[in-house]
Amino acid sequence: MNAHATEAHGAGDHAHPTPGLYLKVALVLFALTALEVLAYEVSHRPAWPMYGIVGPMVVPILLLLSAFKFALVAMFYMHLKQDSKLFTNLFVWPLLLAAAIIVALIVIKILWMKASY
Amino acid sequence: MAHAATAAHAPGEIDEHHWTSTGLNNRKVAIWAFIGSECLFFASLISTYLVYRGKSLVGPLPHEESQCMLHGKMQTCDQIFSIPLVTFGTAVLLFSSFFVVLALNGAQRGNHKQLLTWLTATVICGFFFIGMQVYEFSHFAGEGLGYSTNLFASTFYTLTGFHGAHVTLGVIWLSTVLILAARGKLPPEKSLNLEMAALYWHFVDVVWIVIFPVVYLMR
Repeated sequence: MNAHATEAHGAGDHAHPTPGLYLKVALVLFALTALEVLAYEVSHRPAWPMYGIVGPMVVPILLLLSAFKFALVAMFYMHLKQDSKLFTNLFVWPLLLAAAIIVALIVIKILWMKASY
Repeated sequence: MAHAATAAHAPGEIDEHHWTSTGLNNRKVAIWAFIGSECLFFASLISTYLVYRGKSLVGPLPHEESQCMLHGKMQTCDQIFSIPLVTFGTAVLLFSSFFVVLALNGAQRGNHKQLLTWLTATVICGFFFIGMQVYEFSHFAGEGLGYSTNLFASTFYTLTGFHGAHVTLGVIWLSTVLILAARGKLPPEKSLNLEMAALYWHFVDVVWIVIFPVVYLMR
């Protein structure tokens, strides 16, 4: 049975992680989501401790946590850490292009707003 | 390696793996290429949302009180987002990704019970997320936030609506695989059928990982 299961993967594929590792990743993802919501709550409650630090930094904090969660799912659940590098390239290059599109449009918006005033 | 895998088949057995000159299965290459193209699709929707963010002239607005037209007259509306509800939906979607990798693990090891249990849990989580989104949209509509009410509404409904449509497709795909598995038609050598659906499901999950902070948590 297991031999067949291994054969079902192509060349460049390797053994996938164990359920124990999947569980650890799930718990980390859950904890990071809780941190995101905590950062959001702290950022608009001046009476709460840490407001002075988290308030002005909330956007970078949220982006960083989100990027970390994204990487965990892609590496372990989508098996990019074990599978062929071709799959990584098929995913990462369009992803970088997508990020560049978002950044470019935001920069254009800022420049357009500066020009209109 | 590809040749070895092909040679392992019994005489007369149809090779369903479609090996390519790269040594990789062409179905798996195709799903990754599709996922890559979907990144660009969602990037256009997310950037549109961000560019129009804060440009609405009337409410309801996501994070603050505003003046809005409700029941034919202008009145003060509360912020529209319910962060606890969406956080719960996010957690459910994250755990569904965990459940589907457990189902795939069961499929690859020939553990039928593990496969059916976790795949059923994944489909239930998918239905829950869709239900959460339907409730959210109908609640927003009741608060006077129609598709063309303001720029926030148009960009928000387009972005999260397309994501919801992807979740719905994912649930249909996973349900189909679940029916096949329940009928005993998903032996370990055909686990790639589930792996492709799982990759699509994870992609839907990572898109939400971006949408959740960008749309709901950034004020």
